[in-house]
Amino acid sequence: METLNNKKRNPNTIPAIICLAAVVVLLLLLDNVLPANEFTLMLIPVLKKSAIYALLCVSMNLLNGFTGLFSLGQAGFMLIGAYTYAIISIPDADRDTVYMYSEGSDVTFSIPEMLGNVIGKNAGNFFGAIICIILAGLVAAIFAALIGIPVLRLKSDYLAIATLGFAEIIRAVCQWDKLERITSGSFQLRKYVDFGDMKLQLGGMTIKFSSLFPYLIAGLSILFIVALINSTYGRAFKAIRDDEVAAEAMGINLFKHKMLSFVVSSFFVGVGGALLAMYQTTIQASPFKSAMTYEILLIVVIGGIGSISGSCIGAFLFTACNEWWLRFLDSGSINLFGNKMSVPFFRDGFRKVIFSVIIMVVVLFFSKGIMGDKEISFAGMGAKLKALSGKSKKDKKVKEEA
Amino acid sequence: MLKITDLHVSYGGIKALRGINIEVPDGKIVTLIGANGAGKSTMLRTICSLVKADSGSINFDGQEMLGQPIYSILEAGIAMVPEGRKVFADMTVLENLKIGAYLRKDSAEIQKDIEWVYSLFPRLKERHWQLAGTLSGGEQQMLAVGRALMSRPKFLMMDEPSLGLAPIVVQDIFKIIRTINDQGVTVLLIEQNANMALKIADLAYVLETGQITRFGTGAELLADESIKEAYLGKAQANA
Repeated sequence: METLNNKKRNPNTIPAIICLAAVVVLLLLLDNVLPANEFTLMLIPVLKKSAIYALLCVSMNLLNGFTGLFSLGQAGFMLIGAYTYAIISIPDADRDTVYMYSEGSDVTFSIPEMLGNVIGKNAGNFFGAIICIILAGLVAAIFAALIGIPVLRLKSDYLAIATLGFAEIIRAVCQWDKLERITSGSFQLRKYVDFGDMKLQLGGMTIKFSSLFPYLIAGLSILFIVALINSTYGRAFKAIRDDEVAAEAMGINLFKHKMLSFVVSSFFVGVGGALLAMYQTTIQASPFKSAMTYEILLIVVIGGIGSISGSCIGAFLFTACNEWWLRFLDSGSINLFGNKMSVPFFRDGFRKVIFSVIIMVVVLFFSKGIMGDKEISFAGMGAKLKALSGKSKKDKKVKEEA
Repeated sequence: MLKITDLHVSYGGIKALRGINIEVPDGKIVTLIGANGAGKSTMLRTICSLVKADSGSINFDGQEMLGQPIYSILEAGIAMVPEGRKVFADMTVLENLKIGAYLRKDSAEIQKDIEWVYSLFPRLKERHWQLAGTLSGGEQQMLAVGRALMSRPKFLMMDEPSLGLAPIVVQDIFKIIRTINDQGVTVLLIEQNANMALKIADLAYVLETGQITRFGTGAELLADESIKEAYLGKAQANA
């Protein structure tokens, strides 16, 4: 952690804090003060999902970009995180309706509720959710450790295939009838504590943290990953990525470090999964397929393998395009200066075509992604701004960095 | 300092080393010359535990090293400059040096050693922020040597430091090897460039298809007719 405060980062600290404060204020305003309209109705979900995806991408980047382990098991660990979170945070009263097909559940406690009985409902939900998220990450990490023992002895493509296989196994096990009193089988879990429940009583006022909450968790997690990457461990990860034999000759224990990277990455993927569950308000095992992993991989590649800021920017761009800006491609018409024009080939699935084209363009012409393996820094950006004196829209995404 | 007795190593069915006996005395430069595939690199890798031996013994300062994990070999004071440099290309020069000190915890001492490496290779200091992959071949070799020195070894093994370098750069590297040796580090040098290696070495061994065939001081072997013929090229021998 100390490395974070070293000399190099100092010029970034003050602008970073200002940016951070601005984001916090903005999100609080969005949640509490600003009226809901067409714009904020789109903006808020996109902002929430972007934060979650940023965390997922940074976790994947830690493994794939910084340690050089090409793992494709993310969807499985997200599923573990999401399910763990949901199962232990469904309130007792709602349990029977959620588990109606299995006629009740074997899990008979709800951490937010238990905590709520002591410190009040809202605070119980807020801090209970945090505890559940951490537990979700821990369960994902334990599974990662178990899977890692055999799988991390493999290299490159073989590792990717093995982790992909394990992710599918996890999903299949989750949908297994025999476990339906825990996972509800292939039916969905719902009524657990979600972002809408994130409120705190402060001096007679109820403040909603619905959008700030994912930023809080994702931000802290990314901060931890950045600190890890800048530590001696991070240096060892990069050494393993660059040359395994030379790293081994430097006395780096390959297996230990690969395992550490795999487990830490999976922990945060599990946290991301839990946040995704909160975001979606209902979850089901079936969408946690390899396609979900590829989506994250896509963002990591577009953002730049080995760049944390790249992953964050990529996550925001991807989510905004996917959920919002490029939606019109599927709608059958385009809105040009208030005139609705119908375009025949704008129909369901055309968005995916455009995405594919973008991916091809990125791979062919920008093979290092948006950021390559560099990071955004305020100092570097200041210099660029002076040179260009334009374009300063990217500031927002930098807050995860500093 | 290092004593290898009856070392056998094989890759699958192929015997790479067949009963090697070598002694490296304290404070000397010892070189091992031999043709491609003679087993030179295998021997270094076996000492470092990167390759498992079939049988034999590697004794370092009275300690048995065979079968020990790599980190305890490094901690005992053995370091290796691998063949083909193998610097961490996407890390900066400074990061590369810090990785060299990976097993050490004393940050103040590490800082001192970084300065020491910089004093040996001023070029590395100029380029400490640069990605190692963007250095020239000679600079990468310097970095590989510097990185190995960061573990503060008593015994440094170098696998073909002259590989793919211009003759003038090779001379620089050999000068540095001398300097390092003068500062108390015992050196085991593997070379194809037998001429240079024998000139610098106190002791030399000739390795042929997994066995030691000749042994003597550097000067002795340099003057030997059969060595001249096999490794130095006859026409060059007088030059």
